[in-house]
Amino acid sequence: MFDWFEWEFTLSLLTNGVLIGLMYALIALGFVLVYKATDAINFAQGEFVMLAAFFGAVMLLSAGAPFWVAVLVTLAGMIAFGFGLERVVLRPLIGRPIVSVIMATIGLAAVLRGVAPLVFGAETRSIVMPVEDAPIIWGPLFISPIQLIGAGVAVMFLAAFTWFFLKSRMGIAMRAVADNQQVAMAMGINVERYFALAWAMAGVVSALGGIVWGSLLGVDVHLALIGLKVFPVVILGGLDSIVGAIVGGLIIGIVENIAAGYLDPVVGGGTKDFAPYVLMIIALMVRPYGIFGKRQIERV
Amino acid sequence: MFHREAGIYKTSYAADMALYPLPVARWAVAGFAVLFLGVLPLAVHEYYLTIVNLISIAIVGALGLNILVGYTGQISIGHAAFMSVGAYTAANLAVRLDLPFWITLPAGGLMAAAIGTLVGIPSLRIKGLYLAIATLAAQLIIEWTINHVEWISGGVQASIEVPRPELFGYVIKSQTQLYFFLMFFVVLAIIATQNLIRSRIGRAFIAIRDQDIAAEIIGINIFRYKLYAFAISSFYAGVTGVLYTYFLGIANYEQFQIVVSIDYLAMIIIGGLGSILGSIFGAIFVTLLPIVLRLVMEDFGSLIFSEADLRNIIPNLRLIVFGALIIFFLIVEPEGLNRLWRNIRSYFRVWPFSY
Repeated sequence: MFDWFEWEFTLSLLTNGVLIGLMYALIALGFVLVYKATDAINFAQGEFVMLAAFFGAVMLLSAGAPFWVAVLVTLAGMIAFGFGLERVVLRPLIGRPIVSVIMATIGLAAVLRGVAPLVFGAETRSIVMPVEDAPIIWGPLFISPIQLIGAGVAVMFLAAFTWFFLKSRMGIAMRAVADNQQVAMAMGINVERYFALAWAMAGVVSALGGIVWGSLLGVDVHLALIGLKVFPVVILGGLDSIVGAIVGGLIIGIVENIAAGYLDPVVGGGTKDFAPYVLMIIALMVRPYGIFGKRQIERV
Repeated sequence: MFHREAGIYKTSYAADMALYPLPVARWAVAGFAVLFLGVLPLAVHEYYLTIVNLISIAIVGALGLNILVGYTGQISIGHAAFMSVGAYTAANLAVRLDLPFWITLPAGGLMAAAIGTLVGIPSLRIKGLYLAIATLAAQLIIEWTINHVEWISGGVQASIEVPRPELFGYVIKSQTQLYFFLMFFVVLAIIATQNLIRSRIGRAFIAIRDQDIAAEIIGINIFRYKLYAFAISSFYAGVTGVLYTYFLGIANYEQFQIVVSIDYLAMIIIGGLGSILGSIFGAIFVTLLPIVLRLVMEDFGSLIFSEADLRNIIPNLRLIVFGALIIFFLIVEPEGLNRLWRNIRSYFRVWPFSY
């Protein structure tokens, strides 16, 4: 009797972990895109997601737009934001030490976290997706439709970006820029345009991430905290790998849920926010470039 | 200060290495000593003295972080966590073993140094971005541990009350007394940093920052010196945590969250990376900023906003101004307030000529 129960419990933890993990991968993708193309590290990824969720929520609730209009407006808003940000903040920092870029995005995160509640109001809003609320019951599993949609969007995007980088002309140019900026320039690639494009793509990913996560958790400043979960995901998977983002996301999602299910009763809660970072520290010690990252790590 | 030398008259190495090469600089230091030790604590109201005390604590922490980030070129987003390690070590020692502050203070610093060194170990293999993420993880893990292990945090609310520090049977409790107590450590920290930077260790730090491979080639053991940097820097952080705990009378993890790490990074970036004067400027600026913002908004904000809005606006405005200043200084003046100060000074040094 007990064994059977445990098995079912584990299975539901696993399913939940996979779905959440794919949604993490979606956000991590924004981070990976920027790093891949521009070598810049975006510590404000969580704030991007929060901003997008605010856009979406305001369009839905205050402007009363239909869902698909809200999604389109959010996408447009985040693309504009990505372009503007690159122009104003990141372009002047090209060629500066990596610490400067890190600090600039940390500053940016603070600005966004301060601006969003001032502009949109501090109260928690909700994004209601046009789907059934009731969980889908499938054998012993209860699956939330929102998570299912989130995971679906994530898989779709991951596939689309993989295709983009492998096959499309722009994607190949972007890889060239990431590989060596000077050589790319010599081949006639407009490097600055691709930098801007990378940030706009991060905006696109964050827009969908924001709507999906916003409908799962509710929209307020605390939504930005999922940005902190991005780091374990990308470190595990490899900073510049899209496949790595998926695998890292899955690992973190599953570990987090299993840890919460089995360790929380023992240590008294909170393992969900703790286990990913322990895993990340181990990864940094053992294999800092991640599972799929390129091995070219700066060594001393 | 605005002094002009008529030429270089140094005849010995000792004169060349003196901290204050000109008599006028020594007089200026003496003048500052009189101002800070005599005039200020007597003339200023208790409330303003509280602010000065907060600045004093921030100076110690900013100096420590600047040793790591500004001089050694490593990055740490986990400094607030090192402060909390110091704070809780001291609080536990003071409450459980009834130890006086002159034992708990170095003990807190050493404990923080030990943890900081542990966090610094990955810096052997990784740098830049990876180190930033590793220290971020350290911040979150330490925060979580303190919050969840009752043996450290003292259970409810994760806060421990500490007795007031005692010196020769004399209890330090008013702000004026605390002022002198803290000022002693500020002066100590400034002098220690100044001498550290002039020493072999400090030179090695700077060499590692400027070109780590070149530093290794001229015989600097990079791993060891990076760990030194982490240890020294987190020792300062630990001491800052202890001082803050004695200042508040309570050790509370909420005072050492990740926002505080970012505040300290803001201090050294705004003040000036790799500069002692810059750390002091930054600590003053960042500590005063929210206070000034609040005063201004309370006095003039009601002209534009309603009362309820204001309460919402002030903390957010602080975040915005902070972030914007970090970005502004990074783009426009990467060497911070210290550079601005040097520009002003060198302008007046040759005034009225342009050079």
